[in-house]
Amino acid sequence: MTSFLTGWGRTAPTPARLARPGSAEQVAELLRRAPERGVAARGLGRSYGDAAQNAGGLVVDCTGLTSWSLDETTGLVTAAAGVSLHDLMAALVPRGWFVPVTPGTRHVTVGGAVAADVHGKNHHVDSSFGAHLRSLTLVTADGESRTLTPGDELFWATVGGMGLTGIITEAVFRCVPIETSRIRVDVERTRDLDHTLETMTATDDRYRYTVAWIDLLARGGRMGRSVLTRGDHAAREDLPRGADPLAFSPRSLLAAPRWAPDGLLNPVTVRAFNEAWYLKSRPGSLVQGLAPFFHPLDFVDGWNRVYGPRGFVQYQFVVPFGQEATLRRIVSRLSAEGVVSFLTVLKRFGPGTPGMLSFPLPGWTLALDIPAGQRGLAGLLRAFDERVAEAGGRVYLAKDSRMSAETMAAMYPRLAEWRKVRDGADPGGVFRTDLARRLRL
Amino acid sequence: MRNALGSVDTVLLLGGRSEIGLAIVERLVRDGVRRVVLAARDAAGGVPPVIGAAEVHLLDFDAARPETHGEVIEAAVKLVGDLDVVIPAFGVLGSQAAYDADPVAAAGAVAVNYGGHVSVGLHAARRLREQGHGTLVVLSSVAGIRVRRANFVYGSAKAGLDGFAQGLGDALHGSGAHVMVVRPGFVIGRMTEGMSPAPLSSTPGQVADAVIDGLRSGAEIVWVPGLLRAMFAVMRVLPRAVWRRMPR
Ligand SMILES: Cc1cc2nc3c(=O)[nH]c(=O)nc-3n(C[C@H](O)[C@H](O)[C@H](O)COP(=O)(O)OP(=O)(O)OC[C@H]3O[C@@H](n4cnc5c(N)ncnc54)[C@H](O)[C@@H]3O)c2cc1C
Ligand SMILES: NC(=O)c1ccc[n+]([C@@H]2O[C@H](COP(=O)([O-])OP(=O)(O)OC[C@H]3O[C@@H](n4cnc5c(N)ncnc54)[C@H](OP(=O)(O)O)[C@@H]3O)[C@@H](O)[C@H]2O)c1
Repeated sequence: MTSFLTGWGRTAPTPARLARPGSAEQVAELLRRAPERGVAARGLGRSYGDAAQNAGGLVVDCTGLTSWSLDETTGLVTAAAGVSLHDLMAALVPRGWFVPVTPGTRHVTVGGAVAADVHGKNHHVDSSFGAHLRSLTLVTADGESRTLTPGDELFWATVGGMGLTGIITEAVFRCVPIETSRIRVDVERTRDLDHTLETMTATDDRYRYTVAWIDLLARGGRMGRSVLTRGDHAAREDLPRGADPLAFSPRSLLAAPRWAPDGLLNPVTVRAFNEAWYLKSRPGSLVQGLAPFFHPLDFVDGWNRVYGPRGFVQYQFVVPFGQEATLRRIVSRLSAEGVVSFLTVLKRFGPGTPGMLSFPLPGWTLALDIPAGQRGLAGLLRAFDERVAEAGGRVYLAKDSRMSAETMAAMYPRLAEWRKVRDGADPGGVFRTDLARRLRL
Repeated sequence: MRNALGSVDTVLLLGGRSEIGLAIVERLVRDGVRRVVLAARDAAGGVPPVIGAAEVHLLDFDAARPETHGEVIEAAVKLVGDLDVVIPAFGVLGSQAAYDADPVAAAGAVAVNYGGHVSVGLHAARRLREQGHGTLVVLSSVAGIRVRRANFVYGSAKAGLDGFAQGLGDALHGSGAHVMVVRPGFVIGRMTEGMSPAPLSSTPGQVADAVIDGLRSGAEIVWVPGLLRAMFAVMRVLPRAVWRRMPR
């Protein structure tokens, strides 16, 4: 079946033949008959750009690989690549376990989490998904299934390797024990960017989970004002008596309209939203469910449609500690240009993994959503790319949909090393995605 | 690949010295194209420089030799990978009087202006269909929208080309590949040197600007200037007796 696929940003659709294998053997079978235009793996399509597309080729939808098991004594989970973190959490949390890392949505697959080496609000203490992996099963271009461990080069070319070394069919990783399904959260508001950075630097390490939401439309003396939400898994005694400590049944409450006009999100509506959000976020402490704390957006099904038919771009970069000047310049430029972003988050990263193309490195990461139709956006982001690369930082491939091959190469110093390992595992170039073509990986 | 903001990476220009074609390429490069292939007769004999591209490749190409066109497209793919934009911009205008005097020359011009585009277009379309993306930019002309007595050899070839391009666009529908038909009026430039400009004339730069806008918005037909569209809605239905008396 041929379908037009996009990422979560709904830009640049391309057609591909879709196959949905139900077992690792079926995956191997598909690879043995790989078409000329190559094969791409796809999970739940939550990468924003063209990472899980393959124009004119075959896309292997991995969501049919769904078996998993938990070792209750060690917390080790063995999961097929198509299992979603949503399904895992729904089963694990009531049994007292939580995934080691969750991105801002639960609707990602284990395969996607490994391939992008995803990070969460706990990166500053727990690093990214790859750091918690025991082993991986990878079906390579020759149709062979290999078990990889962190001692293997191919393991670290696959973690963060954006699906270009093979199709991951299974992962084994360690989960964390929890007493409750709640988070004890402290909310703080900061006055401006400097205050935000200072506060995070001084006190982030007291919390396992932290993030700052920045009001990008605030200007002048308030530029960079933020709401910090930081928390830890709540203990049983933090809950009111009688509450079921491990209750967890997150659902989406709303569906976004099937169609929204271009320009619904404009400086006026977004400024109003930001203002309301800032004011509503009263400083103080509260106990929150896992879902509202980690995945507030998951309450609205298909919220990406709100951006209208032209879709949107997410720009996420990281700059190392010591390069705050670059962060400041970018934030002030965004604020001065009145870029319409209503979900800008800032986060401090801790140490990265050995993943050769993994995104996180110790430093500051900023992520923002921008309607693709915004005027002058291409030039603005190109200028940011240069700044970020000069500062020794990089742009996140799982979010990227517009970078050039040259800037990407400048940002990822281990690209050549990764290519060598990838070429060893896939000499004929079977694994191909639109992102890989665009970035000439 | 076309990115989320509509920028592309590669372009193939057939008729690598065409003024209009190069003006389009120049703008594409400004907007982010990094890799350019110029295919021209006697490419080694020199083509104007393309400023700002990371790679510029040259290929030999003769529109009058359709048996070689498949290889040219393949060679371009070998050089830069997927073709994001393909622009066949070759063409010869000639004069009606000369064609009247030399029917062999007329047939030769038609072989370039129509036949060459058919074979290049079909080869390019096959590649774009396989890729699942890419745009073929076809330089038609208002001369083919309603053929005039003053240049009916050139005009009829353009009429054929325009119809071919629309049919090809329909054939590619749903494949991810697109055809954009461009219909300029009189373009002041090398091809029309020495002729006095017709009303609603434009420059190669203006044609190129319109092509860039069209690529961005995914237009199927672009008139340059846009007013020609309304004008030709009328021209098309003018009685034959009136049309016949058009001075040029
Ligand atoms: C609302 C929202 C919030 C997000 N927040 C965060 C965040 O906080 N932190 C973060 O790190 N990311 C975040 N992301 C991005 C997301 O976590 C990643 O893009 C993730 O890779 C998506 O997983 P997926 O299953 O949807 O994979 P897809 O988007 O389908 O694919 C992503 C990549 O993984 C590859 N892949 C998928 N399955 C396999 C497989 N079985 N074998 C080999 N390769 C495979 C694909 O080829 C592709 O390159 C967010 C995304 C959204 C929509
Ligand atoms: N100019 C106008 O008024 C106008 C109006 C409407 C449409 N158009 C169309 O737009 C296109 C571009 O025109 P232009 O204004 O850019 O004209 P141009 O500068 O004269 O370019 C035409 C190019 O075609 C090439 N060419 C001719 N015969 C060829 C052959 N057999 N093989 C390979 N290349 C050949 C020429 O190559 P050499 O350099 O080797 O001679 C020349 O570079 C043409 O299709 C034209 O019909 C032009």
